[in-house]
Amino acid sequence: MKSFQGRVVAPGRVSAEALVSHGGLNTLASFQKALQFGDKKATCGDQNNPDLYGKQMAGKALCLPQTIGSTTGGLVLYCACSMGRQPAAMLFSNPIDSLAAAGAVLADVWLDAPEAKMPVIDSLGDEFLEYVKDGMNIIVQEDGKVIVSDPF
Amino acid sequence: MDYKVKLTDEQKAILEGSKGETLAKVMESLVRYGELFGATEMVPISSKYNHLVTSFGLKALGPVYELMDKLLEAGAPSGQKFTVDPKPLDKNVPSNFAQDVVFKFFMYSRQKDYEKQLADLGLLSDNAFTCTCYMDEVGNKPGFGEVLSWSESSAVVYANSVLGARCNRNSGIIDLMGSVIGYVPKFGLLTDEGRKADWIVEIKTTKKPEAQLLGSAIGMKVMEDIPYVVGLDKWLGTELNEEACTYLKDFGAATASNGAVGLYHIDKLTPEAAKSGKKLIKKDAKTYVIDDAELERVYREYPVIWKNKDAAPKLCFMGCPHMSLQQLKDWTEKVEEGLAKSGEKKVTVPTVFTAAPDVLEAFGKTPYAERLKATGVITSYICPLMYMNNPLSEKMPVITSSNKLRTYTSARFYTDDEIAEQITQKKGGK
Repeated sequence: MKSFQGRVVAPGRVSAEALVSHGGLNTLASFQKALQFGDKKATCGDQNNPDLYGKQMAGKALCLPQTIGSTTGGLVLYCACSMGRQPAAMLFSNPIDSLAAAGAVLADVWLDAPEAKMPVIDSLGDEFLEYVKDGMNIIVQEDGKVIVSDPF
Repeated sequence: MDYKVKLTDEQKAILEGSKGETLAKVMESLVRYGELFGATEMVPISSKYNHLVTSFGLKALGPVYELMDKLLEAGAPSGQKFTVDPKPLDKNVPSNFAQDVVFKFFMYSRQKDYEKQLADLGLLSDNAFTCTCYMDEVGNKPGFGEVLSWSESSAVVYANSVLGARCNRNSGIIDLMGSVIGYVPKFGLLTDEGRKADWIVEIKTTKKPEAQLLGSAIGMKVMEDIPYVVGLDKWLGTELNEEACTYLKDFGAATASNGAVGLYHIDKLTPEAAKSGKKLIKKDAKTYVIDDAELERVYREYPVIWKNKDAAPKLCFMGCPHMSLQQLKDWTEKVEEGLAKSGEKKVTVPTVFTAAPDVLEAFGKTPYAERLKATGVITSYICPLMYMNNPLSEKMPVITSSNKLRTYTSARFYTDDEIAEQITQKKGGK
């Protein structure tokens, strides 16, 4: 078990299974099909992301360095939250990028439903992304502390 | 809540609800967004027009349209007129009955309503749908140093790099909110320090590198960092003429979609590099050398996700981002030359060239328009990406020389010369 301290972008407390992307998450490429065709699991559709392609993103603690790609990224994340198809949390090893930040802030400011919430923590450091593996158990705390442990 | 961003009395009052709850939330969104990046203050937008990324009435984006309705209900139309990305549908582009059903009833069923929303919010004109709003024919071309609230990654990187305007890589919705309030948070690419280069990219190729390939290589390497590119002036010259601007349009789009580049400097060419030179490079900048072998490696590593990798192409899209007037003329000649060589009269792969409605209108007034039509190439204002998002389109073997289209869809990338050869070769050839 190991814990990492990050910065709170959108607050919240959650426990979920880790899903790890070592490359940048292309938000539009990853989510668009899932949102368009009612895939509640939000299966990742980005052919260029071998870590995530074909895997369920909804309800997972998505661990990543940053997001990349189209500037629709923020509104895609906002929609994923509004439709309840968002990851349980987004955990960034790097400081957050402007597109993911927009999505996180818009969802936190404009969406009130508890099922639309998505805690977002950034600046967790390179060691976080080196340590965490798919399937590990993640606990996100209100103060930005992220506890990573082996699956039960 | 206390914010570190310094707000004027007027901004504070809006945040506290002086103009209603909706505008208070708009201000809160922008301030919180800026706080995350150490914004010091909210600065006025100085460009004449805005540019928005969301041009499509996609059923899946319902929450976005509801949010826009809230803005309209609160009497908060955009303070600036704006252009917006291309439309997702055009009947001139080949599609079968099943594709049309998916387009109209499952995907873009909200298109008509959304276009009405855009008009109510401040759409510049009926022709304002393009990702290349900065073309002279379109007229949304900000000046050096102007502060923008734009989105659309390819337009933002062009405005910052080629025009010297100042704009962060804003997301959809945030773009519009800036116009509604009239301010954007000052951080990142709006600051002098935030425009300095993290990478030196040395071009050591033996021929002019393909713009879309070079941009892709750099984007994948530097991600969101700023590259200072040295050695490209050998191929582009030191003048920002139409040819250089067209090259940089395609190059930048690839850096922004294959990575997350919001600004690049080209030594001796782009305005800030021409003015300040290598002073723009940070002391601890990393170096990336690009030669022929590196470009070949990048090209060969693109995944091909066609079910049958040897399938004959059924469609070719050129123009993501939209083509310039000069590109349409050059490609007319390129297609004619290819056909003359193969002996065919018309292109042997259905081919669509896309450009801004205003650029297409200008092209239509030149003799090239009839010549291109005679080759069988179709021109359209469509967004190829939106066409390819249809799962039935995704199954088609579509080819392109756009690295943005390759990144977001199943379209297969080829260089310009390879595309020209494929679309004009003898029927049944390979």
